Amino acid sequence: MKLSASGRENFYFYLFIMPWLIGFIIFALYPIAASLFYSFTDYDIISSPKFVGLANYQELFQDELFYKSIWVTFKYTIISVPLTLILSLIFAMLINQKIPAKGFFRTAMYFPSMVSGVSMSLLWFWIFNPQIGFFNYILSWFGVKPQLWFLDEHLALWALIIMSFWGMGAGMLIFLAALQGVPASLLEAAKLDGASRWSTFWNVTFPMISPIFLFQLIMAIIESFQVFTPAYVMTQGGPNYSTRFYVYHLYESAFKNFRLGYASAMAWLLLIAVLIITYIIMKTSNHYVYYEGGKES
Amino acid sequence: MMNKQLISRGLAFLILIVCTAAMISPIFFMISTSLKTKSEMLLFPPTWIPQSFQWENFKELFTNDEIKFGVLYQNSIIIAVLTVIGTVFSSAVVAYGFSRYRGKGRNLMFMLMISTMMLPYPAIMIPQFLLFSEMNWMDTFLPLIVPAFFGSAYQIFLLRQFFNTLPNELYDSGKIDGASELRMFRSIALPLSGPALATVAIFSFVWSWNDLLAPVLYLNSQEKFTLPIGMAAMISSKFRIAPWNLLMCAAIMAVIPVVALFAVAQKRFTEGIVLTGIK
Repeated sequence: MKLSASGRENFYFYLFIMPWLIGFIIFALYPIAASLFYSFTDYDIISSPKFVGLANYQELFQDELFYKSIWVTFKYTIISVPLTLILSLIFAMLINQKIPAKGFFRTAMYFPSMVSGVSMSLLWFWIFNPQIGFFNYILSWFGVKPQLWFLDEHLALWALIIMSFWGMGAGMLIFLAALQGVPASLLEAAKLDGASRWSTFWNVTFPMISPIFLFQLIMAIIESFQVFTPAYVMTQGGPNYSTRFYVYHLYESAFKNFRLGYASAMAWLLLIAVLIITYIIMKTSNHYVYYEGGKES
Repeated sequence: MMNKQLISRGLAFLILIVCTAAMISPIFFMISTSLKTKSEMLLFPPTWIPQSFQWENFKELFTNDEIKFGVLYQNSIIIAVLTVIGTVFSSAVVAYGFSRYRGKGRNLMFMLMISTMMLPYPAIMIPQFLLFSEMNWMDTFLPLIVPAFFGSAYQIFLLRQFFNTLPNELYDSGKIDGASELRMFRSIALPLSGPALATVAIFSFVWSWNDLLAPVLYLNSQEKFTLPIGMAAMISSKFRIAPWNLLMCAAIMAVIPVVALFAVAQKRFTEGIVLTGIK
């Protein structure tokens, strides 16, 4: 087969990316379109989907549980994501100094991140046990009365937020790698110019790691929009819906109550929310994200 | 000046010691509980170190007929290993295509690929579920494994970043030697990508190992359950068959492969992160 140079490039490009392209069409593009279609129908798996127009969306906006699930997810995200990011950056900076036993601290802080998923939920369900839990025991050192945690609608979400801090090691590891990539010559120059540590951080270190900070921020928000495991394993969305996360509500609507049309409307709103948030963060990030070698357009 | 630096380092060291202790204590507690007797695990205040080490707890976990931990373990390993093979192979092929060839529409394709990184699985799971049930794949491992063979956006991105760092001269010399395009991928790009491929393998293993939502949708019978579903069933009120010490044994057993992977690949893994820079 004889092909021109650009023909060859085209041929091999599409040959190599073919697996992704096929997967993209079957597992992403089709589901996105199909869920838009289902969101306009009443569908319970058994009988075929019935077109109902915007009824699902209308119902959503009158559904108290829908609002509750948004509120729970929003509250969790707005508290857990920034604090976890900032904590992981602080610890990365602490470890990045000339201190003894660096390797030990790095491993020890990262270790909890390996206990994730259901294992993490099992462990923390036990730690927050109201009668014999470790957390109440630690609190008792400070004279705090035992709390009900996952049985208390005012504390259940907070228990999950505390649990989320425990997984900050993964972010810390990435920040640590980023900090080690900040050229020592820049830091030296700042020092010679008599810059304070605070101003060195804001004017040298942070700009250099800001693209990674941005990436971590976006991924953390998207991830926290999708919290499912702890709700499924520990609380089933309770008590009194206080941990009914958006995706848990979606899952129950679709696969417990078999309201696939209604759940598809939720799926589409989730997609739109992720798009909007990503767009806003990318737009506002121009002010603080510095790309080496010029702005990315 | 020197003093101030010493003080700040000393302070950092102290903070780190306290925080590390706080971070590690749940793990200590997990291990300690897993080795306690049923009566000791219910004591409050809890004991830090078990009065006697009940190693039999781990044996009981695997021999208990209701929990069937061995089956769960086996299922999870089968799914995770096949997912890793599929993800690493397909993602490497696709990433190479994106990195090496300037086909028409490359930027558009790349943008589409990047944006699927942000596509939440719950947003597309209902049509996927209907698709797989149409294909009669319910209660099989196929819906969990097959999509991995079509590449994962995050891993493709990571590998593309890595392939971009390989100098063009490598391929030029390959061309002079008359190597085919496929051959250059196999004998030049892949052998040089050890750390990046290891990173992808670990990421996809851990992801598959911990995934709960998809297995919950597709697996119905207990002998098909993965570790996460099996463990979730162990504490749900419906079954409530396992006491806390056995649950902690289960959590430890579930974490061991992840820890082992990180320990073996730690150096390569960190190299991979640094290399690709995730930027």
